[in-house]
Amino acid sequence: MSATDGPGAAPGAHTALGLPLERLEAADKVTGRAPYAYEHPLPDPLYLHPVTSTVARGRITAVDTSAADATPGVRLVLTHTGAERLADTGDREFAVLQSDRVSFYGQFVAAVVADTPETAREAAALVRVEYEAEPHDVVLTADHPRLYPPGDEDDPADHEQGDPDAELARAPVVVDRTYRTPMEHNNPMEPHTTVALWTGDGPGPGSGDGDLTLYDSTQGAHPVRETVAGVLGLDPARVRVVSPHVGGGFGSKGSAHAHDILAAMAARALPGRPVKFALTRQQMFSLVGHRTPTIQRVRLAAESDGRIRALVHDSVEHTSTVKEFAEGSAATSRMMYAALHRRTTQRLADLDVPIPFWMRAPGEAPGIYALESAMDELAQACGIDPVELRLRNEPSVDPRTGEPWSDRRLVECLREGAERFGWADRDPAPGTRREGRWRVGTGVAAAVYPHLYNPGSVAEIHYDGDRYTVDIGAADIGTGSRTALTQIAAQGLGLPVERVRLRLGDTDLPAATVAGGSSGTVSWGAAVLAAAAAFRDRHGTDPGPGARARAAAPEDAVAQGRAVASFGAHFVEARVDADTGEVRVPRMLGVFSVGRVVNPRTARSQLVGGMVMGLSMALHERSVLDPRTGHVVNADLAEYHVPVHADVGDVRAHWLEGEDPAAGPLGARGVGEIGIVGAAAAVANAVHHATGVRVRELPITLDRFVG
Amino acid sequence: MDATITLHVDGEEHRLTVDTRTGLLDALRDRLGETSPKKGCDHGQCGACTVLVEGRRILSCLALAVSHDGARVTTAAGLAPRGDLHPVARAFVDRDALQCGYCTPGQVCSAVGVLDEAARGWPSLVTDESGDDPGEGAPVPLDREEIRERMSGNLCRCGAYTHIVDAVESVGSAGAGGEAAR
Amino acid sequence: MRPFAYSRPRDAAAAVAEVSADPEACYLAGGTNLVDHLRLGITRPGLLVDLRDLLDDGVEEMPGGGLRIGAATPNSDLAAHPLVRRRHPMLSAALLSGASGQLRNAASTGGNLLQRTRCAYFRDTAAPCNKREPGTGCSALEGHGRHNAVLGASRHCVAVHPSDMAVALTALDARVRVLGPGGERVVPLPGLHRLPGDEPHRDTVLEHGDLITAVELPDPPRGRRSAYRKVRDRASYAFALVSVAAALEVADGRVRGVRLALGGLAHAPWRARRAEEALTGAPATADAFREAARAELADARTGPDNAFKPALAVATVTAVLRDLAARGDR
Repeated sequence: MSATDGPGAAPGAHTALGLPLERLEAADKVTGRAPYAYEHPLPDPLYLHPVTSTVARGRITAVDTSAADATPGVRLVLTHTGAERLADTGDREFAVLQSDRVSFYGQFVAAVVADTPETAREAAALVRVEYEAEPHDVVLTADHPRLYPPGDEDDPADHEQGDPDAELARAPVVVDRTYRTPMEHNNPMEPHTTVALWTGDGPGPGSGDGDLTLYDSTQGAHPVRETVAGVLGLDPARVRVVSPHVGGGFGSKGSAHAHDILAAMAARALPGRPVKFALTRQQMFSLVGHRTPTIQRVRLAAESDGRIRALVHDSVEHTSTVKEFAEGSAATSRMMYAALHRRTTQRLADLDVPIPFWMRAPGEAPGIYALESAMDELAQACGIDPVELRLRNEPSVDPRTGEPWSDRRLVECLREGAERFGWADRDPAPGTRREGRWRVGTGVAAAVYPHLYNPGSVAEIHYDGDRYTVDIGAADIGTGSRTALTQIAAQGLGLPVERVRLRLGDTDLPAATVAGGSSGTVSWGAAVLAAAAAFRDRHGTDPGPGARARAAAPEDAVAQGRAVASFGAHFVEARVDADTGEVRVPRMLGVFSVGRVVNPRTARSQLVGGMVMGLSMALHERSVLDPRTGHVVNADLAEYHVPVHADVGDVRAHWLEGEDPAAGPLGARGVGEIGIVGAAAAVANAVHHATGVRVRELPITLDRFVG
Repeated sequence: MDATITLHVDGEEHRLTVDTRTGLLDALRDRLGETSPKKGCDHGQCGACTVLVEGRRILSCLALAVSHDGARVTTAAGLAPRGDLHPVARAFVDRDALQCGYCTPGQVCSAVGVLDEAARGWPSLVTDESGDDPGEGAPVPLDREEIRERMSGNLCRCGAYTHIVDAVESVGSAGAGGEAAR
Repeated sequence: MRPFAYSRPRDAAAAVAEVSADPEACYLAGGTNLVDHLRLGITRPGLLVDLRDLLDDGVEEMPGGGLRIGAATPNSDLAAHPLVRRRHPMLSAALLSGASGQLRNAASTGGNLLQRTRCAYFRDTAAPCNKREPGTGCSALEGHGRHNAVLGASRHCVAVHPSDMAVALTALDARVRVLGPGGERVVPLPGLHRLPGDEPHRDTVLEHGDLITAVELPDPPRGRRSAYRKVRDRASYAFALVSVAAALEVADGRVRGVRLALGGLAHAPWRARRAEEALTGAPATADAFREAARAELADARTGPDNAFKPALAVATVTAVLRDLAARGDR
């Protein structure tokens, strides 16, 4: 199928795409019967509880396990001296219990496996670990001596076009501001969990015997299998990863983490017994990734009519000493506006902190917060309506490459959003509206998310004489992919959705790529469409029982020579208590350009959910690292705030009808991340409009408005 | 130290021996294989473990099993006979008031408790108590602000809040409230 | 969690005898605080004495006036009780400001009074904390201090008391009935909760084995209006940065009587005597309220993370009293 064909082998027969189909597993989820990683019924389980480091950098000098060993019901105590030597620890995140080095606070330094969770936890508390602590550094600063440019020749840290410095020197209006975002944690509601079962003959590393099954809470069963097999030196065919339901991830479950390895090591040492390991909420603050803090300087040089001449975005972030992870916050600033002169830079400092990783829209979420805040400041400096300012700087082609946009439509998002929100006749003066105890304001911000397509997924379709079963090892982490892929399969086969059953979340199914980068539905959907086309090619429309076909997603599905990305516009009303500074957001409205929407019910939930996480980023989220210890002080859900029901008002997501053939065979782009991008800036801009106070450091807490 | 207790879960009686340290949530999940109450934080900070005990919504993670000997526990799985959906659960499905689903059984149990509490006339922080006799006990109408405040003990990281409020509002206005929990 | 024995005594006296006799014993009531602490390893008892069904769980009028609240009364039932809602709307609002519906259904009146601080370092067994382990030092003093106390703290402890209900009871001159090994006694609020001094491990004046059996509340004077306002980092289900329990009687534009207690500022619910004195007889104006609140906060000591608290407290007190004064009698 070429990229410009409409999807589906039997057009007109049944149009499953675009139906607001109910989430297929909804009944199982509302009753709680849908099994998550911890919940698969397995006989005679054991329970693992880890011991984690209490220094940020140093060496373990002694581990006393005698009290734990002596605790009745303890089956195994793992330490760095007794644990198996792993086959491949090239990725240092997975070098679990391999040495005496401690590289961050909260790292695994031992583990206890016992008959009951109570025993495992208490015995872990009885393990005494002594350290030789070394001076650590966990505080990111704009001029940190360890800053370095990440990347390489193919993907450099810095980009420059034109002569931005000259423009900054001569332009009549210059905005030069620094914005900060804090360390943040994904905190999916289901803690990261792995249940590991080693079956087969001889235990022990190197024997090569046996099979490993992981019931894992992951965004990608196949990627976890590849990682775990490599680290443990196993043939991937002998590792099975099962994850039919996943309680959220938002990126943190996008790869295996150290706990997968630790559970597998314990299972290999205790063959035949499932080892259940659910991280505690507290442990999730050091072991499964986080969003780096950012320090971002944005400079905009404009003519007095608001036309931007130069855009410079410099981003400073941290990574860990264990391995590099670069968030890339300035990257999308290169494609937002028509500035002839541009520079983006990125610097990282490797600190003694836990390993950062994906968190919903890594890079775009903090980066666009900074850029769109600066745009609001530019609008104010020029005395131009902030919607109009963005319209004036709309680029006709991708400023990075000169390529035409496939389906940008940001102008339509802004115009339709302004209309729906009631933006017209907005009084631009900040800090002048009052309703009772509330100071009231409105704000706008634009959003962008790149289009990612991952080749490599395979789908298989089997007909049993009644129903069509579609198998693909994809993940449904709450995105609705099970439902959307069923619709895509029905479309491809020209069948009503009731005739199709889709199975996912298991490496026994054909391989699929990770649910990440808003690429899932698009990438897996391409495989499902290819399999459907192959099935119809081989078996026609009247197959016999047992008919079967399998196909891979095309290597190239995205049109060349076009700039393909999603865009959006956020409109927000904010209220700030005139006495106490408490901030409330009664209204959020987003309009998005995302290509074709496969299922409007689940897509709406995704977009609204992203907006709520953006609200959370704006008002609530902040992980506080104690510089003395490197420990996240507020490492639980009582003190690491995410919004509760009472914080969330009227949140509405709309999208522009249409499809983007350049995006791939579905004509769809992802909806998982665009909702969070820009939302925090819109809130910050609305708060400024309400109060006249420009908060340039998230989260926006009430103390900024008191005193 | 062990103790032998009886739990009535979703209408079924279970006799089990537990460690005195075992939480009600762990007894339900690890010992009885109940998957409906979820562990999101284990410290009373997220609401995912919400169940009804004697019809009242509580957090099962902060309850000790040994102290609940004889208790009648209702989870989201037991609100309606197997194969049926409780009106609140049905409304969650109808409104797509869930995404990952992990907080959902707790949200559903909490909503059932909310409907019952409002029907009893229990106020919330946002209830207007300025009337002549705030203690008269008339049912509290559940508008969106009431639902938001009363449901605030149930976190949803997917951000399904607006749809959850839609669902609870639809059941509340249909008058299915008071009987739901009993 | 260390293994522990579990006991269900036949009555309150037996419970007191059991706990008094065993220094490693502790009471279990609603469990919402204790089970949290058991799991964190903050509390490591050898014996849990379950108070289930041993204490009164209702509200009744006392013969000479006032209300008697059984210590086992759940927070939710107390907040919803008609007598509480009519006479002490401030108390009902304080209870409903706290925690969540699920927690209020389990948490007891007695247990809520004895709720322990939410200081993050107290809750982290890897961190030094004088309250948890006397003599180890205070991590919060130079640490993350957004919640830290600004009034009445010591160099040994800057923790704040987390209860909302206790703030209201402190404003309302409640009295606590305590059953101890030596018999029953009455402890007034304020007076139950301590400032940290050099013994921050002691939250209250109660001794090991003491058991709160009831809370008594005097009736409010005619014409009193009361309110509770909690200011926090999210709209619900969060601990107070500052809270204000206020009761006001105004006659002819002047303050005839005022009761004021503050939460989130100190190791104990803070009865604002200085402000009360300044206001009694003063004009019921926002300026006077603000002036009095400033006087109350004059001795506040802050760090970089909680420097906003005194101003927030002044603003909140002013707003609450201003709104009470503006409200019609009820």
